[in-house]
Amino acid sequence: MSTNVSKTVQLSHGGGGKEMNRLIKDIFFKAFDNPILRNEEDSARLHFNGDTAFTTDSFTVAPLFFAGGDIGKLAIAGTVNDLAMMGAEPQFLSSSFIIEEGFPIDSLKTIVLSMAAELKKSGARIVCGDTKVVPRGCADGVFINTSGVGRIINNGISVKNLKHDDVIIVSRDIGRHGAAILMAREGLAVESELTSDCATLWPIVEQLIASNVEIHAMRDATRGGLSAVLNEWASASQVGITANESEIPVSQEVAGLCELYGFEPFDLANEGTFILAVPQDCAEKTLQIMQTFCHCEQAAIIGKVNDFKPGKVILNTPWGSSRFLDVPQGELLPRIC
Amino acid sequence: MLTLDALYKGFRDPEVIKSLAKEIKLEAAKCSDKINIMEVCGGHTHTIMKYGINQLLPDNIEFIHGPGCPVCIMPKERIDHAAALASMPDTILITLGDMIRVPGSKGSLAQFRADGCDIRPIYDPLDSLKIALDNPDKTVIFFAIGFETSTPMTAVLLEQAEKQQINNLLFHINHVLVPPAIDAVMADPAAKVNAFIGPAHVSVISGAKVYRAAVESYDTPVVVSGFEPVDVMESILMITKQKSRSQSQLENQYSRAVSEQGNLAAQGLVNKYMMVRPNFRWRGLGPIPDSALMLREEYQHRDAEVVYKDKLPQQEIDDHKACQCGDILRGLSKPKDCKVFGRGCSPETPLGSCMVSSEGACNAYYRYNGVTV
Repeated sequence: MSTNVSKTVQLSHGGGGKEMNRLIKDIFFKAFDNPILRNEEDSARLHFNGDTAFTTDSFTVAPLFFAGGDIGKLAIAGTVNDLAMMGAEPQFLSSSFIIEEGFPIDSLKTIVLSMAAELKKSGARIVCGDTKVVPRGCADGVFINTSGVGRIINNGISVKNLKHDDVIIVSRDIGRHGAAILMAREGLAVESELTSDCATLWPIVEQLIASNVEIHAMRDATRGGLSAVLNEWASASQVGITANESEIPVSQEVAGLCELYGFEPFDLANEGTFILAVPQDCAEKTLQIMQTFCHCEQAAIIGKVNDFKPGKVILNTPWGSSRFLDVPQGELLPRIC
Repeated sequence: MLTLDALYKGFRDPEVIKSLAKEIKLEAAKCSDKINIMEVCGGHTHTIMKYGINQLLPDNIEFIHGPGCPVCIMPKERIDHAAALASMPDTILITLGDMIRVPGSKGSLAQFRADGCDIRPIYDPLDSLKIALDNPDKTVIFFAIGFETSTPMTAVLLEQAEKQQINNLLFHINHVLVPPAIDAVMADPAAKVNAFIGPAHVSVISGAKVYRAAVESYDTPVVVSGFEPVDVMESILMITKQKSRSQSQLENQYSRAVSEQGNLAAQGLVNKYMMVRPNFRWRGLGPIPDSALMLREEYQHRDAEVVYKDKLPQQEIDDHKACQCGDILRGLSKPKDCKVFGRGCSPETPLGSCMVSSEGACNAYYRYNGVTV
């Protein structure tokens, strides 16, 4: 057991006393500094005017650090993106940490600084938080919960709002986050520069809204990937969706990894990739705006909304056959042979 | 180092697939009889359904989905064994991939894990060594599954455990063999199969030679095939050409990895540690003699079936009465002929073997074609 208090988180850091105060002031306040947080009240005092989006998410990723990001970046981007996908400008976030006893203070600092850096991309601020320390073995390093509120700027975006003849656009190549985590977890000895797509999407969404693009539906393809988003939309709007496999951008690394494990890139998680449904006459304008922004160079029209088989997603293969693109089921486990 | 795109590049070329489809149609038109191809391996079933290969073929070619999925064929009593072992105190049960989802009579291993058993799915059997070393005060049991493809990995694990004297690592062997399963399917007088696509992964280890007996006994073509769409289409063309010329031969489409003799070192290692089991009950097909392996007597100290004989349930448990998996595996029925397909039996609540793993015929139909298409 480590005796050096300053290098690892101790149970006393969660005890509400001096140690906890020091941890919060030295690490969290320093990184997230803003007037509301500095007030140190029991609750953040906020003012809202108009429709407000509110969301929450918990982050339990293993490993905590992966190619292209870490749990801190993920915790900010994930919640900010949930707000952005509702056409809401991310404003105020909460951040709760559950830290396992013995967790290195340096790693905690790295995670918190990563959160602070990611917050700058949307302008959102952390205005309240909580810290708990649990005995060794009761958590896997660090769990983070972030909740967020944002001002809704575009009110027409909904999972139930897909219309016949809408086009489906994906912002970039899919499956990177799931594949990067898989590689980090399994330590695969393959030549690969694969990084997670983890990113804050508000800047591009803000541009789309400012350009008056008529967005019918918008969602970041996190757990469950592209398959889950398209199936949720088809079901909620009771429309059919047809996607063309050859149009869906997939990096060679992700495609290869899927071959190794028997996964489908459509099922793998993303953390900085989103899907839009827009009217056909908006499609070109949407693509032009997206393709001028970072992370969206590969934005592509991948399919169309129709009245064929409402509630179902059909994937056309490049050689003329078709099949259902179903939602992934259960744990993603590799095939046996 | 492996370059990832090498795994699939070139084997999904739309133009090649379309051109193979054309050739198959021309060749099939010369055949007077229907060509009923059994793809023995669930991996091929998955390829056919996932890539819609069946939609590219003429009406006189039909696929019959074979018993070759190591998860699908596992009878409930063997999963009950795994659950009983995992429920013992101070025990860690390790298994591969989606075996954890398959229901036994008292639930799946995933359910037992949720109830507190230490059950760990792994990617590589050799990970078991580290788990056993890290947990010296626990008994680690590897629930070994798979056809000829994965058996050598179990043998390597056992060899390492012996060499490194890792004495807390035991095995529950469920390795099965492809040729006896083919014989079991063909033994039914109603069997309609008149051609086989042989599994490539199995053949990399066992060699193409293991299918010679089937070619001769049943007078059917056998083509050992890879799993990519181009592989499967080329194999179908090879079978169709044989049929149009009234030939029955063993051919090897997957020559980039399969030889006639296979991997002799792997075969030697398997033979060193394992021997043929007199009988093994297959889910859906029932007992098939000489169709599985067990540890040799000298390694009984590592055989969980021997060491924990008194703790393992002995009752044989069949699938639900309404389930038609047996007929589906023999090619006598299609998934959609089954009354419970997509209703009482779905991937979330599978009743029969063909629905349990992602490579099962019913699962592939349900996932890619749905209930209504």
